[in-house]
Amino acid sequence: MLLIHCPYCDETLPEVEFTYAGQAHVVRPADPSSTSDSEWEAFLFLRENPKGAHYERWRHLHGCGRFFNAVRDTVSDRFLTTYAAGAPRPDLSDLIERAK
Amino acid sequence: MTHFSAFSLLKNALTGNRNWTEQWPDPEPKAEYDVIIVGAGGHGLGAAYYLAREHGITNVAVLDKGWLGGGNTGRNTTIIRSNYLYDESARLYDHAVDLWEGLSQELNYNVMFSRRGVLMLAHTVHDVQSFKRHIHANRLNGVDNRWLTPKECKAYCPPLSISPDARYPVLGGALQERAGTARHDAVAWGYARGAAKRGVDIIQNCAVTAIRRHPDGSLAGVETTRGFIKAKKVGVSAAGHTSVVMQTADVRLPLESFPLQALVSEPVKPVFPCVVMSNAVHAYISQSDKGELVIGSGTDQYTSYSQRGGLPLIEHTVAAITEIFPIFNRMRMLRKWGGIVDVTPDRSAIISKTPVGGLYVNCGWGTGGFKATPGAAHTFAWTIAKDEPHPINAPFTMERFRTGRLIDEAAAAAVAH
Repeated sequence: MLLIHCPYCDETLPEVEFTYAGQAHVVRPADPSSTSDSEWEAFLFLRENPKGAHYERWRHLHGCGRFFNAVRDTVSDRFLTTYAAGAPRPDLSDLIERAK
Repeated sequence: MTHFSAFSLLKNALTGNRNWTEQWPDPEPKAEYDVIIVGAGGHGLGAAYYLAREHGITNVAVLDKGWLGGGNTGRNTTIIRSNYLYDESARLYDHAVDLWEGLSQELNYNVMFSRRGVLMLAHTVHDVQSFKRHIHANRLNGVDNRWLTPKECKAYCPPLSISPDARYPVLGGALQERAGTARHDAVAWGYARGAAKRGVDIIQNCAVTAIRRHPDGSLAGVETTRGFIKAKKVGVSAAGHTSVVMQTADVRLPLESFPLQALVSEPVKPVFPCVVMSNAVHAYISQSDKGELVIGSGTDQYTSYSQRGGLPLIEHTVAAITEIFPIFNRMRMLRKWGGIVDVTPDRSAIISKTPVGGLYVNCGWGTGGFKATPGAAHTFAWTIAKDEPHPINAPFTMERFRTGRLIDEAAAAAVAH
């Protein structure tokens, strides 16, 4: 079972309190009417799916109920960090250095 | 290579089984192939087999980073069925079931295909309505599927509890009698043997690290842990790792990789005559010929490449199984594992050409690729050989996510493929 740190509650809690919400930092096109089919495809369907560090969203459903972002290694399932929604994307090399 | 027959079995039994020859050789990779298939699972080996048998293309290699059939082919719960809602899916999966029926004879290798029937349980009024809709859609497509009352479900599968006060009451079920199970390893071995016999090289422990393209964008070949191999055509059939491989060729696919878990019990005497699926509670169960109860769970909620998955899901599945089949509530489980499945947004597969000439992909089978093995392999081989899709896999393009012509089995079933 994953143990996940909620950045709002500041507690590390079991996975069953949380729901996964897909890749983080996916930005909706600013001007939908001028967005091409390929751009819509990328926005709706194409995801990074990396084997390694993944920027993703989680929701503390059975706690504060709020969305936050996380960086998790998809090979070991280890969380490198979690941070509030809207906060800037943390630099990966720093995270990996800190995790060592 | 030995041809299996009653006579050869008897002869070898009488001579102490000392004279069996190897089923396929273990060759060194050549410098160049007409076709390279990435991934030696059932789909990849099958594609190589059909390339050789149906299209006469025998200068083919199947490369795998591990051992043959060691990925999802050896990790699934072996359920075979074709009762899908949409016309496109019904045609593809029913094509597979047609091929399953003659596969042991064709390969001269017993894949132990058993038409023991797949019963899908309805627990709610919504389930009942949706399954009946499926049954009618299936009948219009010539796919067998019929409605059973709770009593008929119980008669078909005696360990089932149809008590009205059960946690998950059984309001009926949809039964596909042509559906069933097969021996997963034998499928990989049978296709490997059939392909190798026709000249295909099966190269294990040879990971493809990148697909190399010429500066003009055309296909050059594949970089592997055993050196560069030139290829005229490359077909990628790498399940959960497809997006990782395809990214090296700059092709992005609408895939996300999730762990899908399964577990087996200790072996017991024959007690479970069919396959039962309960989509509403994510529990799938059958009994293998070795006697183990084979139980399928759902995918974990997060993407991952760890072939493990989390325990909460197993707990949920086993809780559901013991509610539906109280007879099993003291059964001990032997082992559990995960396979990495590549899931598309519409939960339908992709068997398709790609923007790179000579590069083809068979992926996106999500949680239900095993059942499609012969059909996927057959149509994928066609697509590679003729550089155009077979009419059956023509709708399963990767362009459908741009054009919007989805085959939305996700909306049709929400779970379980």
